[in-house]
Amino acid sequence: MLIEYLAILIYIAIAIGFALFAVVASHLLGQRKRTALKEAPYECGMTTVGSSFRRIPIKYYIIAMLFLLFDIEVVFLYPWAVVFKQMKSFAFISMAVFIGILLIAYIYIWKKGALEWE
Amino acid sequence: MQLLYHLIEIIVKCVVVFGCLMLCVAYMTWLERKVLGHIQIRYGPNRCGPFGLLQPFSDGIKAFFKEDLIPGRADKVVFVLAPMIAIVTAISIFAVIPFGNQFTIPGTNWVVKLRLADIDIGLLYIFGLASIGEFGIVLGGWSSGNKYGLTGSLRAAAQMISYEVALGLSIIGVIILSQSLRLTEIVNLQAGGFWNWNVWYQPVAFILYIICGLAEINRTPFDMPEAESELACGFNIEYSSMKFALFFMAEYAHMITMAAVAVTLFWGGWQPPLPFLSFIPGVVWFCIKLFIFVFFFIWQRGTFPRLRYDQIMKFGWKILFPLTLVNLLITALVISLKG
Repeated sequence: MLIEYLAILIYIAIAIGFALFAVVASHLLGQRKRTALKEAPYECGMTTVGSSFRRIPIKYYIIAMLFLLFDIEVVFLYPWAVVFKQMKSFAFISMAVFIGILLIAYIYIWKKGALEWE
Repeated sequence: MQLLYHLIEIIVKCVVVFGCLMLCVAYMTWLERKVLGHIQIRYGPNRCGPFGLLQPFSDGIKAFFKEDLIPGRADKVVFVLAPMIAIVTAISIFAVIPFGNQFTIPGTNWVVKLRLADIDIGLLYIFGLASIGEFGIVLGGWSSGNKYGLTGSLRAAAQMISYEVALGLSIIGVIILSQSLRLTEIVNLQAGGFWNWNVWYQPVAFILYIICGLAEINRTPFDMPEAESELACGFNIEYSSMKFALFFMAEYAHMITMAAVAVTLFWGGWQPPLPFLSFIPGVVWFCIKLFIFVFFFIWQRGTFPRLRYDQIMKFGWKILFPLTLVNLLITALVISLKG
Protein backbone atom coordinates (compact mmCIF):
# COMPACT_ATOMS: atom_id res chain seq x y z
CA MET A 1 0.00 0.00 0.00
CA LEU A 2 2.77 2.40 0.93
CA ILE A 3 4.42 1.80 -2.42
CA GLU A 4 1.54 3.73 -4.01
CA TYR A 5 2.45 6.76 -1.96
CA LEU A 6 6.08 6.28 -2.95
CA ALA A 7 4.98 6.65 -6.57
CA ILE A 8 3.26 9.92 -5.72
CA LEU A 9 6.37 11.14 -3.88
CA ILE A 10 8.63 10.34 -6.84
CA TYR A 11 6.21 12.00 -9.22
CA ILE A 12 6.01 15.16 -7.11
CA ALA A 13 9.82 15.14 -6.84
CA ILE A 14 10.06 15.09 -10.65
CA ALA A 15 7.59 17.97 -10.85
CA ILE A 16 9.57 20.00 -8.28
CA GLY A 17 12.77 19.20 -10.14
CA PHE A 18 11.27 20.47 -13.38
CA ALA A 19 10.05 23.69 -11.75
CA LEU A 20 13.47 24.31 -10.16
CA PHE A 21 15.22 23.59 -13.45
CA ALA A 22 12.96 25.99 -15.35
CA VAL A 23 13.43 28.85 -12.91
CA VAL A 24 17.18 28.40 -12.47
CA ALA A 25 17.88 27.84 -16.17
CA SER A 26 15.96 30.91 -17.30
CA HIS A 27 17.73 32.86 -14.54
CA LEU A 28 21.13 31.80 -15.89
CA LEU A 29 20.39 31.91 -19.61
CA GLY A 30 18.52 35.17 -19.98
CA GLN A 31 20.39 38.44 -20.31
CA ARG A 32 20.05 40.74 -17.34
CA LYS A 33 20.33 44.50 -17.30
CA ARG A 34 18.71 46.11 -14.30
CA THR A 35 17.47 49.67 -14.53
CA ALA A 36 15.31 51.60 -12.11
CA LEU A 37 12.56 52.10 -14.69
CA LYS A 38 12.46 48.44 -15.58
CA GLU A 39 12.02 47.44 -11.96
CA ALA A 40 9.15 49.85 -11.37
CA PRO A 41 5.66 48.30 -11.27
CA TYR A 42 3.88 48.24 -14.61
CA GLU A 43 0.98 50.65 -14.74
CA CYS A 44 0.31 51.06 -18.45
CA GLY A 45 3.00 53.72 -18.76
CA MET A 46 1.87 55.95 -15.88
CA THR A 47 4.14 56.73 -12.94
CA THR A 48 3.15 54.64 -9.94
CA VAL A 49 1.33 56.54 -7.22
CA GLY A 50 1.46 55.31 -3.63
CA SER A 51 2.02 51.83 -2.31
CA SER A 52 0.83 48.79 -4.24
CA PHE A 53 -0.31 47.06 -1.06
CA ARG A 54 -3.53 48.93 -0.56
CA ARG A 55 -6.35 48.04 1.80
CA ILE A 56 -8.42 45.06 0.74
CA PRO A 57 -12.21 45.52 0.45
CA ILE A 58 -14.18 43.86 3.25
CA LYS A 59 -16.16 41.79 0.72
CA TYR A 60 -13.19 39.49 0.18
CA TYR A 61 -12.93 38.77 3.90
CA ILE A 62 -16.62 37.91 4.06
CA ILE A 63 -16.27 35.53 1.12
CA ALA A 64 -13.29 33.90 2.83
CA MET A 65 -15.30 33.31 6.00
CA LEU A 66 -18.27 31.91 4.09
CA PHE A 67 -15.91 29.61 2.25
CA LEU A 68 -14.53 28.23 5.52
CA LEU A 69 -18.04 27.62 6.81
CA PHE A 70 -19.37 25.81 3.75
CA ASP A 71 -16.22 24.01 2.71
CA ILE A 72 -16.06 22.30 6.11
CA GLU A 73 -19.60 21.13 5.43
CA VAL A 74 -18.38 19.59 2.17
CA VAL A 75 -15.56 17.82 4.01
CA PHE A 76 -18.13 16.34 6.43
CA LEU A 77 -20.19 15.09 3.50
CA TYR A 78 -17.37 13.04 1.93
CA PRO A 79 -17.17 10.20 4.50
CA TRP A 80 -20.95 10.30 4.75
CA ALA A 81 -21.24 9.74 1.00
CA VAL A 82 -18.85 6.77 1.10
CA VAL A 83 -20.95 4.83 3.63
CA PHE A 84 -24.31 6.13 2.43
CA LYS A 85 -25.45 2.98 0.61
CA GLN A 86 -24.94 0.86 3.72
CA MET A 87 -26.88 3.14 6.04
CA LYS A 88 -29.60 4.34 3.63
CA SER A 89 -32.47 6.17 5.32
CA PHE A 90 -30.74 6.74 8.66
CA ALA A 91 -27.85 8.44 6.88
CA PHE A 92 -30.28 10.44 4.77
CA ILE A 93 -32.28 11.76 7.71
CA SER A 94 -29.25 12.67 9.79
CA MET A 95 -27.62 14.49 6.90
CA ALA A 96 -30.89 16.20 5.96
CA VAL A 97 -31.01 17.67 9.48
CA PHE A 98 -27.38 18.82 9.15
CA ILE A 99 -27.95 20.42 5.76
CA GLY A 100 -31.22 21.92 7.02
CA ILE A 101 -29.38 23.73 9.80
CA LEU A 102 -26.81 24.97 7.30
CA LEU A 103 -29.56 26.14 4.98
CA ILE A 104 -30.87 28.40 7.76
CA ALA A 105 -27.39 29.95 7.94
CA TYR A 106 -27.35 30.23 4.16
CA ILE A 107 -30.72 32.04 4.06
CA TYR A 108 -29.50 34.31 6.86
CA ILE A 109 -26.36 35.40 4.98
CA TRP A 110 -28.40 35.89 1.81
CA LYS A 111 -30.92 38.12 3.65
CA LYS A 112 -28.08 40.00 5.37
CA GLY A 113 -26.69 40.88 1.95
CA ALA A 114 -23.35 39.10 2.32
CA LEU A 115 -23.69 37.70 -1.19
CA GLU A 116 -24.32 41.09 -2.85
CA TRP A 117 -21.56 42.78 -4.81
CA GLU A 118 -22.88 46.30 -5.42
CA MET B 1 14.63 -8.20 -6.05
CA GLN B 2 10.89 -7.90 -6.40
CA LEU B 3 11.03 -4.55 -4.64
CA LEU B 4 13.76 -3.32 -6.95
CA TYR B 5 11.68 -4.21 -10.02
CA HIS B 6 8.75 -2.40 -8.45
CA LEU B 7 10.88 0.66 -7.90
CA ILE B 8 12.15 0.63 -11.49
CA GLU B 9 8.58 0.24 -12.76
CA ILE B 10 7.40 3.18 -10.66
CA ILE B 11 10.24 5.45 -11.79
CA VAL B 12 9.73 4.55 -15.45
CA LYS B 13 5.99 5.18 -15.16
CA CYS B 14 6.56 8.52 -13.40
CA VAL B 15 8.96 9.72 -16.08
CA VAL B 16 6.71 8.56 -18.93
CA VAL B 17 3.58 10.13 -17.44
CA PHE B 18 5.44 13.36 -16.72
CA GLY B 19 6.82 13.47 -20.24
CA CYS B 20 3.44 12.78 -21.84
CA LEU B 21 1.74 15.40 -19.68
CA MET B 22 4.35 18.02 -20.58
CA LEU B 23 4.02 17.16 -24.27
CA CYS B 24 0.23 17.44 -23.98
CA VAL B 25 0.60 20.82 -22.27
CA ALA B 26 2.95 22.02 -25.03
CA TYR B 27 0.59 20.91 -27.77
CA MET B 28 -2.46 22.25 -26.00
CA THR B 29 -1.06 25.75 -26.38
CA TRP B 30 -0.70 25.01 -30.08
CA LEU B 31 -4.16 23.44 -30.32
CA GLU B 32 -5.77 26.34 -28.52
CA ARG B 33 -4.21 28.95 -30.78
CA LYS B 34 -5.00 26.90 -33.87
CA VAL B 35 -8.64 26.23 -32.92
CA LEU B 36 -9.25 29.78 -31.74
CA GLY B 37 -7.66 30.99 -34.95
CA HIS B 38 -10.02 28.97 -37.10
CA ILE B 39 -13.01 30.00 -34.97
CA GLN B 40 -12.08 33.61 -35.66
CA ILE B 41 -11.51 32.85 -39.38
CA ARG B 42 -7.72 33.18 -39.40
CA TYR B 43 -4.94 30.63 -39.60
CA GLY B 44 -3.35 30.56 -36.17
CA PRO B 45 0.33 29.56 -35.90
CA ASN B 46 1.53 28.19 -39.28
CA ARG B 47 5.14 29.31 -39.65
CA CYS B 48 7.20 26.95 -37.44
CA GLY B 49 7.17 23.55 -39.11
CA PRO B 50 4.18 21.94 -40.85
CA PHE B 51 0.89 23.47 -39.55
CA GLY B 52 2.97 25.39 -37.00
CA LEU B 53 3.60 22.14 -35.13
CA LEU B 54 6.99 23.30 -33.84
CA GLN B 55 5.53 26.49 -32.39
CA PRO B 56 5.40 25.24 -28.75
CA PHE B 57 9.11 24.42 -28.83
CA SER B 58 10.09 27.76 -30.27
CA ASP B 59 7.98 29.44 -27.59
CA GLY B 60 9.62 27.33 -24.90
CA ILE B 61 13.14 28.11 -26.05
CA LYS B 62 12.25 31.78 -26.33
CA ALA B 63 10.92 31.78 -22.75
CA PHE B 64 14.21 30.37 -21.46
CA PHE B 65 16.27 33.15 -23.07
CA LYS B 66 14.09 36.09 -22.07
CA GLU B 67 15.23 38.46 -19.36
CA ASP B 68 14.31 37.09 -15.95
CA LEU B 69 13.05 40.23 -14.21
CA ILE B 70 12.16 40.55 -10.54
CA PRO B 71 10.44 43.87 -9.89
CA GLY B 72 11.95 46.15 -7.24
CA ARG B 73 8.83 46.21 -5.11
CA ALA B 74 8.26 42.48 -5.22
CA ASP B 75 8.50 40.11 -2.29
CA LYS B 76 11.33 38.21 -3.90
CA VAL B 77 11.06 34.79 -2.25
CA VAL B 78 7.30 34.51 -2.70
CA PHE B 79 7.59 35.95 -6.21
CA VAL B 80 9.89 33.10 -7.26
CA LEU B 81 7.99 30.42 -5.32
CA ALA B 82 4.51 31.24 -6.66
CA PRO B 83 4.88 29.93 -10.23
CA MET B 84 6.62 26.83 -8.88
CA ILE B 85 3.70 26.10 -6.55
CA ALA B 86 1.29 26.53 -9.46
CA ILE B 87 3.08 24.14 -11.81
CA VAL B 88 4.00 21.49 -9.20
CA THR B 89 0.43 21.13 -7.93
CA ALA B 90 -1.03 21.17 -11.44
CA ILE B 91 1.29 18.37 -12.52
CA SER B 92 0.98 16.34 -9.32
CA ILE B 93 -2.79 15.96 -9.49
CA PHE B 94 -2.34 13.61 -12.43
CA ALA B 95 -0.62 11.03 -10.19
CA VAL B 96 -3.88 9.41 -9.08
CA ILE B 97 -5.71 9.40 -12.42
CA PRO B 98 -6.12 5.86 -13.80
CA PHE B 99 -5.47 6.28 -17.51
CA GLY B 100 -5.73 2.66 -18.57
CA ASN B 101 -6.20 -0.94 -17.57
CA GLN B 102 -3.24 -3.23 -16.94
CA PHE B 103 -1.10 -5.08 -19.45
CA THR B 104 1.48 -7.85 -19.20
CA ILE B 105 4.95 -7.22 -20.58
CA PRO B 106 5.42 -9.76 -23.41
CA GLY B 107 7.69 -12.67 -22.49
CA THR B 108 7.32 -12.19 -18.76
CA ASN B 109 4.49 -12.38 -16.26
CA TRP B 110 5.10 -8.89 -14.99
CA VAL B 111 1.82 -6.97 -14.88
CA VAL B 112 2.02 -3.21 -15.37
CA LYS B 113 -0.95 -1.26 -14.08
CA LEU B 114 -1.54 1.87 -16.11
CA ARG B 115 -1.77 4.35 -13.27
CA LEU B 116 0.81 5.92 -11.04
CA ALA B 117 -0.86 5.47 -7.68
CA ASP B 118 -4.06 3.79 -6.62
CA ILE B 119 -4.79 5.30 -3.23
CA ASP B 120 -8.07 5.06 -1.36
CA ILE B 121 -8.27 8.83 -0.84
CA GLY B 122 -7.85 9.63 -4.53
CA LEU B 123 -10.58 12.26 -4.75
CA LEU B 124 -9.47 13.98 -1.55
CA TYR B 125 -5.92 14.08 -2.94
CA ILE B 126 -7.16 15.74 -6.13
CA PHE B 127 -9.20 18.41 -4.40
CA GLY B 128 -6.55 18.99 -1.75
CA LEU B 129 -3.87 19.65 -4.34
CA ALA B 130 -6.22 21.75 -6.45
CA SER B 131 -6.74 23.95 -3.39
CA ILE B 132 -3.00 24.32 -2.87
CA GLY B 133 -2.71 25.26 -6.55
CA GLU B 134 -4.79 28.36 -5.84
CA PHE B 135 -1.97 29.63 -3.63
CA GLY B 136 0.27 29.87 -6.67
CA ILE B 137 -2.01 32.36 -8.40
CA VAL B 138 -2.91 34.30 -5.25
CA LEU B 139 0.66 34.61 -3.99
CA GLY B 140 1.95 35.40 -7.47
CA GLY B 141 -0.35 38.40 -7.81
CA TRP B 142 0.16 39.54 -4.26
CA SER B 143 3.95 39.36 -4.25
CA SER B 144 4.37 41.31 -7.52
CA GLY B 145 3.95 44.66 -5.77
CA ASN B 146 1.60 45.79 -8.50
CA LYS B 147 -1.94 47.09 -8.20
CA TYR B 148 -3.22 45.12 -11.18
CA GLY B 149 -1.54 42.02 -9.85
CA LEU B 150 -3.01 42.45 -6.39
CA THR B 151 -6.51 43.06 -7.74
CA GLY B 152 -6.22 40.07 -10.03
CA SER B 153 -5.07 37.78 -7.26
CA LEU B 154 -7.80 38.99 -4.87
CA ARG B 155 -10.42 38.28 -7.48
CA ALA B 156 -8.85 34.93 -8.22
CA ALA B 157 -8.86 33.99 -4.54
CA ALA B 158 -12.51 34.94 -3.98
CA GLN B 159 -13.68 33.34 -7.21
CA MET B 160 -11.79 30.08 -6.77
CA ILE B 161 -12.83 29.48 -3.18
CA SER B 162 -16.43 30.32 -4.02
CA TYR B 163 -16.57 27.79 -6.81
CA GLU B 164 -14.59 25.22 -4.86
CA VAL B 165 -17.55 24.75 -2.51
CA ALA B 166 -19.90 23.96 -5.39
CA LEU B 167 -17.23 21.82 -7.07
CA GLY B 168 -16.76 19.72 -3.95
CA LEU B 169 -20.52 19.32 -3.53
CA SER B 170 -21.22 18.45 -7.15
CA ILE B 171 -19.24 15.20 -7.13
CA ILE B 172 -20.71 13.82 -3.90
CA GLY B 173 -23.45 12.14 -5.90
CA VAL B 174 -20.81 10.12 -7.72
CA ILE B 175 -19.22 9.10 -4.42
CA ILE B 176 -22.61 7.94 -3.14
CA LEU B 177 -23.07 5.80 -6.26
CA SER B 178 -19.62 4.23 -6.16
CA GLN B 179 -19.16 4.12 -2.35
CA SER B 180 -15.51 4.96 -2.69
CA LEU B 181 -13.03 7.79 -3.11
CA ARG B 182 -10.71 5.47 -5.00
CA LEU B 183 -10.64 6.44 -8.66
CA THR B 184 -9.98 2.94 -10.01
CA GLU B 185 -13.06 1.65 -8.22
CA ILE B 186 -15.16 4.48 -9.61
CA VAL B 187 -13.94 3.57 -13.10
CA ASN B 188 -14.49 -0.17 -12.62
CA LEU B 189 -18.10 0.39 -11.56
CA GLN B 190 -18.75 2.12 -14.88
CA ALA B 191 -17.62 -0.89 -16.93
CA GLY B 192 -19.76 -2.68 -19.51
CA GLY B 193 -20.95 -0.03 -21.92
CA PHE B 194 -21.73 3.67 -22.08
CA TRP B 195 -25.13 3.25 -20.42
CA ASN B 196 -23.31 2.44 -17.19
CA TRP B 197 -21.42 5.72 -17.12
CA ASN B 198 -22.11 8.01 -14.21
CA VAL B 199 -23.07 10.89 -16.48
CA TRP B 200 -26.48 9.25 -17.10
CA TYR B 201 -27.10 8.88 -13.36
CA GLN B 202 -25.73 12.29 -12.41
CA PRO B 203 -26.33 14.58 -15.42
CA VAL B 204 -26.89 17.72 -13.36
CA ALA B 205 -23.80 17.02 -11.28
CA PHE B 206 -21.78 16.64 -14.47
CA ILE B 207 -22.88 20.02 -15.86
CA LEU B 208 -22.27 21.67 -12.49
CA TYR B 209 -18.84 20.06 -12.29
CA ILE B 210 -17.87 21.39 -15.73
CA ILE B 211 -19.03 24.92 -14.88
CA CYS B 212 -17.27 24.94 -11.51
CA GLY B 213 -14.19 23.36 -13.06
CA LEU B 214 -13.98 26.14 -15.63
CA ALA B 215 -14.18 28.69 -12.83
CA GLU B 216 -11.54 26.80 -10.83
CA ILE B 217 -9.00 26.89 -13.65
CA ASN B 218 -9.90 30.48 -14.60
CA ARG B 219 -10.99 29.76 -18.14
CA THR B 220 -13.28 32.02 -20.11
CA PRO B 221 -16.07 32.93 -19.28
CA PHE B 222 -14.66 33.00 -15.74
CA ASP B 223 -11.18 34.38 -16.49
CA MET B 224 -11.58 37.33 -14.13
CA PRO B 225 -8.06 37.06 -12.62
CA GLU B 226 -6.53 37.99 -15.96
CA ALA B 227 -9.28 40.10 -17.47
CA GLU B 228 -7.19 41.83 -20.14
CA SER B 229 -9.63 44.65 -20.74
CA GLU B 230 -9.52 45.96 -17.17
CA LEU B 231 -6.50 44.45 -15.39
CA ALA B 232 -4.02 44.47 -18.31
CA CYS B 233 -2.91 40.93 -17.51
CA GLY B 234 -3.99 40.29 -13.95
CA PHE B 235 -2.03 38.24 -11.49
CA ASN B 236 0.92 37.43 -13.78
CA ILE B 237 1.48 40.99 -14.99
CA GLU B 238 5.00 41.37 -13.55
CA TYR B 239 6.20 37.92 -14.56
CA SER B 240 8.58 37.34 -17.43
CA SER B 241 10.61 34.57 -19.05
CA MET B 242 10.19 31.03 -17.71
CA LYS B 243 8.29 32.10 -14.59
CA PHE B 244 5.51 33.42 -16.80
CA ALA B 245 5.69 30.28 -18.89
CA LEU B 246 5.31 28.18 -15.72
CA PHE B 247 2.04 29.95 -14.89
CA PHE B 248 0.92 29.41 -18.45
CA MET B 249 1.80 25.72 -18.36
CA ALA B 250 0.16 25.33 -14.96
CA GLU B 251 -3.11 26.64 -16.41
CA TYR B 252 -3.01 24.13 -19.25
CA ALA B 253 -1.91 21.25 -17.03
CA HIS B 254 -4.79 22.11 -14.74
CA MET B 255 -7.15 22.06 -17.69
CA ILE B 256 -5.95 18.59 -18.66
CA THR B 257 -6.33 17.27 -15.12
CA MET B 258 -9.80 18.83 -14.79
CA ALA B 259 -10.77 17.07 -18.03
CA ALA B 260 -9.17 13.84 -16.81
CA VAL B 261 -11.14 13.95 -13.56
CA ALA B 262 -14.35 14.64 -15.49
CA VAL B 263 -13.63 11.66 -17.76
CA THR B 264 -12.84 9.43 -14.78
CA LEU B 265 -15.82 10.39 -12.66
CA PHE B 266 -18.53 10.79 -15.28
CA TRP B 267 -17.48 9.29 -18.61
CA GLY B 268 -16.23 5.89 -17.57
CA GLY B 269 -12.51 6.63 -17.52
CA TRP B 270 -10.70 4.20 -19.81
CA GLN B 271 -13.75 1.96 -20.28
CA PRO B 272 -14.81 1.53 -23.94
CA PRO B 273 -18.29 2.84 -24.82
CA LEU B 274 -19.45 -0.57 -26.11
CA PRO B 275 -18.33 -3.92 -24.65
CA PHE B 276 -17.16 -5.43 -27.98
CA LEU B 277 -14.80 -2.49 -28.52
CA SER B 278 -12.62 -3.61 -25.62
CA PHE B 279 -9.92 -4.94 -27.98
CA ILE B 280 -8.77 -1.32 -28.31
CA PRO B 281 -6.60 -0.51 -25.27
CA GLY B 282 -8.12 1.58 -22.51
CA VAL B 283 -5.44 4.26 -22.91
CA VAL B 284 -6.78 5.05 -26.37
CA TRP B 285 -10.33 5.50 -25.09
CA PHE B 286 -9.06 7.63 -22.24
CA CYS B 287 -7.13 9.86 -24.64
CA ILE B 288 -10.10 10.20 -27.01
CA LYS B 289 -12.41 11.24 -24.18
CA LEU B 290 -9.77 13.58 -22.80
CA PHE B 291 -9.34 15.20 -26.18
CA ILE B 292 -13.09 15.76 -26.52
CA PHE B 293 -13.14 17.58 -23.20
CA VAL B 294 -10.05 19.61 -23.93
CA PHE B 295 -11.50 20.59 -27.29
CA PHE B 296 -14.70 21.62 -25.55
CA PHE B 297 -12.76 23.83 -23.13
CA ILE B 298 -11.09 25.60 -26.08
CA TRP B 299 -14.27 25.79 -28.11
CA GLN B 300 -16.25 27.47 -25.37
CA ARG B 301 -13.45 30.00 -24.94
CA GLY B 302 -14.06 31.07 -28.52
CA THR B 303 -17.81 31.22 -27.90
CA PHE B 304 -18.64 32.87 -24.59
CA PRO B 305 -17.90 36.46 -23.58
CA ARG B 306 -16.38 37.17 -20.19
CA LEU B 307 -18.85 37.65 -17.35
CA ARG B 308 -18.83 40.61 -15.00
CA TYR B 309 -17.20 39.93 -11.65
CA ASP B 310 -20.25 40.56 -9.47
CA GLN B 311 -22.26 38.31 -11.78
CA ILE B 312 -19.72 35.54 -11.38
CA MET B 313 -19.80 35.71 -7.60
CA LYS B 314 -23.60 35.91 -7.48
CA PHE B 315 -23.89 33.00 -9.90
CA GLY B 316 -21.58 30.90 -7.77
CA TRP B 317 -23.21 31.53 -4.42
CA LYS B 318 -26.86 32.07 -5.32
CA ILE B 319 -27.39 29.59 -8.15
CA LEU B 320 -24.67 26.93 -8.28
CA PHE B 321 -24.45 26.33 -4.53
CA PRO B 322 -28.20 25.73 -3.97
CA LEU B 323 -28.37 23.66 -7.17
CA THR B 324 -25.60 21.33 -6.01
CA LEU B 325 -27.31 20.94 -2.63
CA VAL B 326 -30.66 20.12 -4.27
CA ASN B 327 -28.97 17.66 -6.62
CA LEU B 328 -27.24 16.00 -3.68
CA LEU B 329 -30.44 15.73 -1.63
CA ILE B 330 -32.42 14.29 -4.54
CA THR B 331 -29.69 11.75 -5.28
CA ALA B 332 -29.56 10.71 -1.64
CA LEU B 333 -33.36 10.52 -1.40
CA VAL B 334 -33.73 8.38 -4.53
CA ILE B 335 -31.00 5.98 -3.45
CA SER B 336 -32.32 5.63 0.09
CA LEU B 337 -35.85 4.96 -1.19
CA LYS B 338 -34.75 2.48 -3.84
CA GLY B 339 -33.40 -0.19 -1.52
